[in-house]
Amino acid sequence: MSNSPTADQSDAPVVDIRGLRKSFGEREVLRGIDLQVASGEVVCIIGPSGSGKSTLLRCVNLLEQPTAGTIRVLGTEVTDPDVDIDHVRTHVGMVFQQFNLFTHRTVLDNCTLAQRNVLKRSKAEAERIALANLTLVGLADRADAHPAQLSGGMQQRVAIARALSMDPHLMLFDEPTSALDPELVGDVLAVMRDLAEAGMTMLVVTHEMAFAREVGDRVVFMDDGQVVEIGPAEQVISSPREERTRTFLQRVVDPTHAAAARGTVAD
Amino acid sequence: MATTGLAVAVEPPRRRMSPRRRARVARGIQYAVLLAAALALVLSTDWSRVGSSFFNPDAARPMLHTVPAALRNTLVYTVGAFAVGLSLGTLLALMKLSTVRPYRWIATLYIEFFRGIPALLVVVAFGYAVPVALGVRIDSVITKAALALGMVSAAYIAETLRAGIQAVPRGQVEAARSLGMSHTRTLMTVVIPQAFRIVLPPMTNEIILLTKDTSLIFLLGLTAAEYDLTKIGREALVNATGGLTGLFVAGAGYLLITIPLGLLARWLERRSGGGHRP
Repeated sequence: MSNSPTADQSDAPVVDIRGLRKSFGEREVLRGIDLQVASGEVVCIIGPSGSGKSTLLRCVNLLEQPTAGTIRVLGTEVTDPDVDIDHVRTHVGMVFQQFNLFTHRTVLDNCTLAQRNVLKRSKAEAERIALANLTLVGLADRADAHPAQLSGGMQQRVAIARALSMDPHLMLFDEPTSALDPELVGDVLAVMRDLAEAGMTMLVVTHEMAFAREVGDRVVFMDDGQVVEIGPAEQVISSPREERTRTFLQRVVDPTHAAAARGTVAD
Repeated sequence: MATTGLAVAVEPPRRRMSPRRRARVARGIQYAVLLAAALALVLSTDWSRVGSSFFNPDAARPMLHTVPAALRNTLVYTVGAFAVGLSLGTLLALMKLSTVRPYRWIATLYIEFFRGIPALLVVVAFGYAVPVALGVRIDSVITKAALALGMVSAAYIAETLRAGIQAVPRGQVEAARSLGMSHTRTLMTVVIPQAFRIVLPPMTNEIILLTKDTSLIFLLGLTAAEYDLTKIGREALVNATGGLTGLFVAGAGYLLITIPLGLLARWLERRSGGGHRP
């Protein structure tokens, strides 16, 4: 089962976050985060909007510059100003809520652009790898399409193929299904599940609790810039220890009755 | 106050005409005014005089052999000026977006200065003041024209490009950076190609304005071989008896450049937006 700790395959964690703080002006959105992700592990981050989950994820590949603390990714301390962050990012795939496919390029170009520019692969090799990854997400037949011709779900799968074409050792997912119509969510989650089963190390910010429970090894519940609870996925989702986690999960699972439940909690 | 507003809104409308009928009547009135103006124009104009002063074939014929060269010259001046304007404008736009503050100041200063003074002053300066002041002799009229007009249009182009670059969604940059592309690489392969699509319409305007601004370079002093369209028009005005026919020919020459340019831009726009069509 995915609950079994695949964690100890290698000794050094793929991601090692210590004492991470991040402020936007006066507002501190991350208030001392510690988190380790082991090789092959799938860690899902859940929590209410504004809790800092996306900011945490974006700090890992330095799309946001941390205010304090250290982050080691694949053994490199990315918070060290002398580190070549572009090189680290090459090995860290990122998938965004809004897909962010290059709108002026075809699906195939989206998957080959960085391979050729950054990894200096030949055109033929880049296209072969791109097509293999597009096949993996079930979109090889749309290689010549432009992003605007695809549904949101397809665009997100292309975005995953684009990231995979760089042969990443770690994948970051920032609410990958939040912008999708409900009927398109399943295809994207299926691709992510395949990826997890193939042993990819993944850090996933998500609102899909079923996915977090089934695919995640561990779940992190964040609120107000802090990690409130962290543990095996099944345990955190099904029998949370913390009151705040329980309240949040109630609201997510059954929004209509959450108000009533909240009344009870207040009593 | 609030209750008064409510009372008015609830009251049944007292207008006799429905809004849709009023719109129809208004449209009818507009057509009537147009028709009346056209009639007045046709009846009050002495057409034979217009014909002889604007469209006099006898006056047009002797200048026709100068038109191809003038058309070519105007095109060369425009292309030269645009090359200077685009390169300098790109540099200024990047300076304006720089994180280094002095670069932003310099770019702002340049843009405000050259956008604020008439192009005519810059052309005159390049013809007379600059060679004296800097001790450099620029012999080629093409170079002088390209530099003078290019420096002016660079100010406009810089602002257009800056707006275009800033209009590219942030997510595009983040996606490129997260794939390991450097800042410069991202700019070159993702941001600028997308900004190009955004700036195409304003840039077309800029080239058309530039085409017309080449009419100012007669101030540099031209030999007959260097005459542009406006210059041959003016020459015809002085020499011939055909009234304003020379100006008409010159004007037609400009349209010969600007109208295809507009069509080309529309075609490019449709093509670069082609990703949206199957």
